[in-house]
Amino acid sequence: MRKLLVSPSPHIHGNESTRKIMRDVLIALTPSLLVSIYFFGFSAIQLVVVGALTCVGVEYFIQKYLMKIEPTVDDLSAAVTGVLLALNLPPSAPWWLMLIGSIVAIGVAKMTFGGLGHNIFNPALVGRVFLLVSFPVMMTDWSIPTSWFREGIDAATGATPLSIVKEGLSRGETLETILAAHPDLSYIEMLFIKTGGSVGEVSALALILGFIYLLVRKVVRPHIPVTILLTIALVSGIFWMIDPTQYTDPLFNILTGGVLLGSIFMATDYVTSPMTTKGMVIFGVGIGLITVLIRYFGAYPEGISFAILIMNSVVPLINKYIKPNRFGKEVKHG
Amino acid sequence: MGTTLIFTIVVLTGLGVFLAVVLFIIAKKFNVQEDPRIDLVEAIMPGANCGGCGYAGCRAFAEACVKAGSLEGKFCPVGGNDVMMQVGEKLGVAVEQKAPMVAVVRCHGTCDNRPRTNFYDGTSSCKIMNSLYSGDTDCRFGCLGGGDCEKVCPFDAIKINPRTGLPEVDQDKCTACGACVRACPKNIIELRNKGPKNRRVYVSCMNKDKGVVAKKACSVACIGCRKCEKVCPFGAIKVEDNLSYIDFNKCKLCRKCIDECPTKAIWSVNFPVRVPKPQEVADEVSQVIEKEQ
Amino acid sequence: MGGVHPHDNKLSADSAIEQFPIMDRVYISMSQHLGSPAQPVVQKGDYVKTGQLIATASGFISANIHSSVSGVVVSVEPYKDISGNTVTHIVIDVQGDEWESSIDRSEELKREINLTPAEIIKRIGDCGVVGLGGASFPTHVKLSPPPGKTAEFLIINGAECEPYITSDYRLMVESPEEILIGTKVMMKALGVKKAYIGIEENKPLAIEKLKSFNYPDIEIVTLAKKYPQGGEKQLIKAITSREVPSMGLPIDAGVVVQNCGTAFAVYEAVQKNKPLFENVVTITGDCTQQQRNFRIRVGTPIEKILDQVGRLPKDAAKLISGGPMMGKAVSNISASTVKSTSSLLVLTEQQTKRQPEGECIRCAKCVQVCPMGLEPYLLNKLARLGRNEDLESERVYDCIECGSCMFTCPANIALLDYIRMAKADVLKIMRSRPKK
Repeated sequence: MRKLLVSPSPHIHGNESTRKIMRDVLIALTPSLLVSIYFFGFSAIQLVVVGALTCVGVEYFIQKYLMKIEPTVDDLSAAVTGVLLALNLPPSAPWWLMLIGSIVAIGVAKMTFGGLGHNIFNPALVGRVFLLVSFPVMMTDWSIPTSWFREGIDAATGATPLSIVKEGLSRGETLETILAAHPDLSYIEMLFIKTGGSVGEVSALALILGFIYLLVRKVVRPHIPVTILLTIALVSGIFWMIDPTQYTDPLFNILTGGVLLGSIFMATDYVTSPMTTKGMVIFGVGIGLITVLIRYFGAYPEGISFAILIMNSVVPLINKYIKPNRFGKEVKHG
Repeated sequence: MGTTLIFTIVVLTGLGVFLAVVLFIIAKKFNVQEDPRIDLVEAIMPGANCGGCGYAGCRAFAEACVKAGSLEGKFCPVGGNDVMMQVGEKLGVAVEQKAPMVAVVRCHGTCDNRPRTNFYDGTSSCKIMNSLYSGDTDCRFGCLGGGDCEKVCPFDAIKINPRTGLPEVDQDKCTACGACVRACPKNIIELRNKGPKNRRVYVSCMNKDKGVVAKKACSVACIGCRKCEKVCPFGAIKVEDNLSYIDFNKCKLCRKCIDECPTKAIWSVNFPVRVPKPQEVADEVSQVIEKEQ
Repeated sequence: MGGVHPHDNKLSADSAIEQFPIMDRVYISMSQHLGSPAQPVVQKGDYVKTGQLIATASGFISANIHSSVSGVVVSVEPYKDISGNTVTHIVIDVQGDEWESSIDRSEELKREINLTPAEIIKRIGDCGVVGLGGASFPTHVKLSPPPGKTAEFLIINGAECEPYITSDYRLMVESPEEILIGTKVMMKALGVKKAYIGIEENKPLAIEKLKSFNYPDIEIVTLAKKYPQGGEKQLIKAITSREVPSMGLPIDAGVVVQNCGTAFAVYEAVQKNKPLFENVVTITGDCTQQQRNFRIRVGTPIEKILDQVGRLPKDAAKLISGGPMMGKAVSNISASTVKSTSSLLVLTEQQTKRQPEGECIRCAKCVQVCPMGLEPYLLNKLARLGRNEDLESERVYDCIECGSCMFTCPANIALLDYIRMAKADVLKIMRSRPKK
């Protein structure tokens, strides 16, 4: 008699896997990567390659020799962390900075908590913030390395729109004069290609393209990015209406800095975001609010990394108290 | 300068006194009267918190012992008679002695003895497997090999042998706490007398099917032939529902049943290897020679 | 809310229902319904006719069982069912096919309903009709709401949201008016004015056939294609927008749900006086030689049925009684069919073998797809830790075991294995509590 398999139901599986999801995230990051490589040339390639290889290597080493378990680097999650961290560094960052950042991201932020699925904070962001506080000069050096693809284009800009505005305001200038002095800070330029900023922030359009791919493949749901962007627009809009000479306008806030990169690829990280739709909305609103507050009133020109990390720490609470809409009224019994 | 110093000393002293009073009032108000003997008894307990006594943990058992005022029906299987004697001394009550017990796995359906008829592909858990179907062999009473007993054992004393697919008890580590007995959905594991010099005789089968069916499913199944029942000089063996059971309180370890069992379903452990008498060897040799001729 | 979209795979949709040949010997189980097993009323050596009562209901929730063949009772003994557990079976050696004379075997449709509601319920009980949607709940019990509760609507479940199965679909296409009359019969028994038949949008032919008859108080509702659309609670919500309360029954929302196969069986029982002893079974699978729908006598060995479609193919790895999402894996293929066997599905190892479990990446897909609004990732974790109190406050008892969470989990975690176990444990604890 033939020996059959027996198991509890269900007997079929939807064919999704962690590896496929991570692969989709990498694919979604490709447009931004290509734009960065076009813009920053070898330094962008170098950062991404060092980041991905270090992250995978560190995870493999820790799983194999410290945790003594079968390494699971083939699920590509470490590679995603490496690429994301690379996209979060200034293009002029040296390769060893990337190396240190990757070791912190995987070694400290991910594996000490138990590896994939157990970390509280987004590993790539922990790596970035670690570097930002440890190497503040290098991490805010926005000078642009030469690229083979764009010889002859003026590469003199050395600051992000956000830091230009922050510095100008702190000198007591009004927004009008600051923006008048920098004609290159136009929305069109920000949407397609902006010169100052970290590797992955170059083109808002490329990031949005990645977002659309993720939505089509149903890897992420729109709730978190959309609420972040709406909250930023709303909160900054209120301030802007109160005093347009001191506070930047909503569109400027959405298109500048790491808001798009952060809200599309970092805040939507499965492990460190809430499990329910309602929770996701709360999470997004929190990130948007904190980002704007840091930008307007904080010491740093950019705040989304901190905002996401702060909200990461609230996620367990959100998961505990925000429950999905249960089917059927509960009848008190017993 | 001087006033600052004095002011600081006064404030700190005042604060200290005030807080001491608060602490005193709270300690008085929320004081819990507890029998000090509970702590004493708990200190004697092995501290495994295994639940083998039937209480939530060692502390709960100690509380129950002190409260009840007698040790009737209370026994710590891990600590055994020694610990119970100590508890009895502390509380000044009588202790009933119990024979040491050990967990015994009553199934010998190894991969060789009991061919698999299907492959289980679900979560490795006897409980889940048992609620789904009768098991991956034709014997619906036998061990499922999911290792629930291994998972619950707090003493690392029971382990699935990957070669046979069956659990094996380490009799030195086993404290007879009964965790595996409760975990086994097929009720294969039984706490039995450890026996003199750890010697035990038991029926290693739970199959209640008719002989033919049982034998077909497993070559070492009890077929309920009643030969053991008839040969036992002490009336220790009973066959019910096609299954033999040896009462360990009556069994005198004579091992007559072992030779009688046609399927070798009765097992003896820790007996010295039996050296055949010269006459028996001679008989056997002559039999072999006869056969060959 | 929730739900997944597994591939349809209705391979046997165009194969008309065929009468399956009667085998030499049938094994009729005494436990073909929810509740206590039926008591045999025949003995070894008795001659029985097709449709003759051979076992009676024992207890309130139980059902009569009738002989599916004519012949001589060989034995009344325990045999193994599809799961290898032993159940008393009545074994009959077949001799010809002589039906009980009371059964109306004419082809003609009988539209007018002459019996009173009480007579209808009694007839349904006498004929041993059980729910053919999977749970096999005795139909006459379901049609008698407990005192104090009344039904407003009757819903006939024609969703058939499980992939592969087509037995209900063929029945709706081939015998639409019988189903409609069966529905009318049950409406009369319940005293309801309105009935709905819910059908998924991927069965346009069935919808068209049922709509072509003039039964004004029966509305045909087209439902979105989604699993588990045919879950009792989901179906009620989709059609009436009412939610059955937690731990409640459909009757608590004023609804009674019956499968469309049951409606057909009710028609045959009440209008034709024919007990339930044969039902439509889909034999299917991507690897089988043929995918067909048969009307099979209860008690036919599964092995014999598979022989008819060319035995088990070489790459067959799993045989399932029912659909791939909620069906039961067969461990013993010499077992026989029961009244509620709707499908025999053969899957290959590649289709069904479980992949090794990974770490939960907290993707929240299980939370999104859960049709009951539960959090399977959390329940799974709590279940593995045995935290029954937390499981109860997270409402593990609401789980309908549809398997959507496990179907969608990218880390291949055996969510439902543990949740199902925890649900049983928690329900046991809750029932053991003294009622206030």
